[in-house]
Amino acid sequence: MDILRVTATRIFYAILLLLAVLILNFTMMHLAPGDVADTIAQSMGGADEEVLARIRADYGLDQPFLVQLGTYMGKILRFDLGYSFYYSRPVTDLILQRLPATLLLVFTAQILAMIVGVVLGVISARRPNGILSHFVTFFALFGYSAPVFWTGILLLIAFSLKIQWFPVAGMRDVTLTGGFWVQAVDIARHMVLPTLTLASIFLALYSRLSRATMMEVLGSDYVRTAKAKGLSTREVVYKHALKNALSPVITLAGLQFSAVVSGAVLVETVFAWPGLGTLAFQSILARDTPTILGILFFSALMVIVGNLLTDFVLRLVDPRMRGRA
Amino acid sequence: MMNGMKSFLAAAAVSALSLSAATAQETPQSGGTLVVVVPGGTPRVLNPAVQSGVATGLPGTQLFASPLRYDADWTPQPYLAKSWEVAEDGLSVTLHLQENATFHDGEPITSEDVAFSVDVIKEYHPFKSMFAPVTSVDTPDEHTAVLNLAHPHPALMLAMSGQLMAIIPKHIYGDGQDPKNHPRNNEDVVGSGPFKLVEFKPGEHIILERYEGYWEEGLPYLDRIVGRIILDSSARAIALQNGEVHMSTFENEPTVVSRLMQAEGVNVTSQGYGGIGPIDWLAMNTTRGPLQDVKVRQAIAYAVDKNFILKAVMRGTATEAKTGVHPDSPLYNPDVPAYEVDLDKANALLDEAGYPMDGGKRFALTMELPGFPGYKAQTEYVRNALGKVGIEVTLRAHPDFPSWAKAMGTMDFDMSMDSVYNWGDPVIGVNRTYMSDNIGKGVWSNTQGYANARVDALLAEAAQEQDADKRKALYAEFQEIVAEDVPIYFINAVPMHTIYSDKVQNPPMGIWASSSPMDKVWLKE
Repeated sequence: MDILRVTATRIFYAILLLLAVLILNFTMMHLAPGDVADTIAQSMGGADEEVLARIRADYGLDQPFLVQLGTYMGKILRFDLGYSFYYSRPVTDLILQRLPATLLLVFTAQILAMIVGVVLGVISARRPNGILSHFVTFFALFGYSAPVFWTGILLLIAFSLKIQWFPVAGMRDVTLTGGFWVQAVDIARHMVLPTLTLASIFLALYSRLSRATMMEVLGSDYVRTAKAKGLSTREVVYKHALKNALSPVITLAGLQFSAVVSGAVLVETVFAWPGLGTLAFQSILARDTPTILGILFFSALMVIVGNLLTDFVLRLVDPRMRGRA
Repeated sequence: MMNGMKSFLAAAAVSALSLSAATAQETPQSGGTLVVVVPGGTPRVLNPAVQSGVATGLPGTQLFASPLRYDADWTPQPYLAKSWEVAEDGLSVTLHLQENATFHDGEPITSEDVAFSVDVIKEYHPFKSMFAPVTSVDTPDEHTAVLNLAHPHPALMLAMSGQLMAIIPKHIYGDGQDPKNHPRNNEDVVGSGPFKLVEFKPGEHIILERYEGYWEEGLPYLDRIVGRIILDSSARAIALQNGEVHMSTFENEPTVVSRLMQAEGVNVTSQGYGGIGPIDWLAMNTTRGPLQDVKVRQAIAYAVDKNFILKAVMRGTATEAKTGVHPDSPLYNPDVPAYEVDLDKANALLDEAGYPMDGGKRFALTMELPGFPGYKAQTEYVRNALGKVGIEVTLRAHPDFPSWAKAMGTMDFDMSMDSVYNWGDPVIGVNRTYMSDNIGKGVWSNTQGYANARVDALLAEAAQEQDADKRKALYAEFQEIVAEDVPIYFINAVPMHTIYSDKVQNPPMGIWASSSPMDKVWLKE
């Protein structure tokens, strides 16, 4: 019962937070000079005042601020994310159309980064001053600090231009005809470079974190006890120590849910990946308020779901957590 | 056929380095899928009758036909109108439509549709000056449409070509819904052009397919056109080089263009952008501070070294612009006062204007840094150059387009780099910048606050002048006056380039670049 109550309270606060985020962002967007009518005029190569006035009237941008805010919040409460001014389509359609591509990319990159990162972290934790450990540190920090678009373009030059193994842009080859497996292989081929690029940022986080916690755990009393019992190093490291070192890694993975959109913006732009990141980026440039807020709404939702899931998984992995509210 | 041959030869001459004379005589091959990049990203809508801009232009001109098309030499050619006459008094234009032309749903294209399209464009297209003088459209029979004019309107010819006059079906868009936000603008599009819509996924691609019922036998050559959305210019360049993409238009990043000029298997040309007519310039607000004085503005022109911008910033990819009319236009007048860089003259003019040098400084101005990419280097350069003659320039950086547009549109600025497009006839895209009745009416209006009665009179007269030579003379004088008054210091034609693979034959080389039908484009396998 307790867990249910705690979860309900959390969801309630999450919804309040969500509304606050939307109101705050709506206000900030409104305070900036200019609006979406200007970007529509830009996309048309210019428009006279009459046309601009009509666009503003069409989208209710000529109404007082509070009226606009009220109309928008009213729609949100009815789960209607509104209509994109710039793309002239319903925001929900736009987001749902782009969401799968982003989820596919981000999850694959996260899982890859987590597995490789933890393995590298554990290896380097066992010999913190060995050559391998230094190499892992260098490699991880390099991946983390190199600008994403630079890594992306470098990979493109290497594997799309010099050795033509992978396609440059997009998610699929639309000229290709074939069944499910042909399409799946095609998407996989398109995914390789963006996934590697995106994983290169996360890799550093996972490997550094798992290295640090692993070193801490390896120095703890129960590990010494396990060693004293005469267990093999392999058993001590992978059975006893790793399980405990994983908790912070899972917490980190949960936090990364929030990076679904933000982390993917640049990668998606470089590789023309048709996901939420590029949509967010373009909507911000275009001042397309309903789309931006719709994406924020979705990302906030992802964060909430991510946190709840993380809690759940942590309880599964770490018995100490189960008793707590 | 003669027209086809003519444009073909023009295209061949343009890319003479890469195409041998023998290639030009080859017979076109039918079939294949052309992969192109949609310039500027996802278009808002695919219907050019209610939306302008080059992103809509590429798919829009494949889906919808216009009455006329233009060759590289600015001569109108028959398209949906197989012939046309302008009345002696210039007060009407009669179009004779192709008799077997049909929309993509098989319905015939009639004069009723032309009349309907004119109504919609007049009402909803952002370029009001195109059809404002059209008072009514008569439809004496199915294939004849007569556009009646309030006064002679020579700009109408260009306004009936490219993406400016899409003929749209009355039986679809005339259903009472708002044409601007009509659901059929993006889905289930029923067009009048050589290609029909298969799929439009915003942010991903637009797939077009050959329309089997196209009126001209054997055309279009291509089976399919895939328009891809690739926003990153480096990724586009790599995709062009490895053959994933056949053609990209409106490429104007000097680093990318100059690199691709060296690449194998791809051709780079700046031909075909005269109608679009994009020009980069330094705009000056003539209504406030020292910039009210023409001597100050002339001094600024003398202080800015255009050649430096052309060579260092543009890396030789751009041509010089001396006036507000694009250098490719037959109306361009290159014989206007040029301000060859001369710091002594600049200093002398500033002294004369009453701003003596005081400790290395005369006065301060602000300069906007536009919120769209590509103008940082020029802006920084201008700031430096003006510092040398004692004008201290403070930059005001804008995070995005609306913020910059607001400053410009309300004339809350001293100077800014700007980029404005001609859109064919001066009446459509040039006049707006200079007419005194269009001051401060939003971005890309007369944001300079420029008012010269002679210029107003010249532009008004030229708009109605039917004699081509007389018209040219009027615009020539207009360009001279503006060059003397310097409300704007013209820098260069935006270095727009079409980049296409060796496979692509007969790429769009008219005046509208990719905003023109690709029915005669073919792929050599």
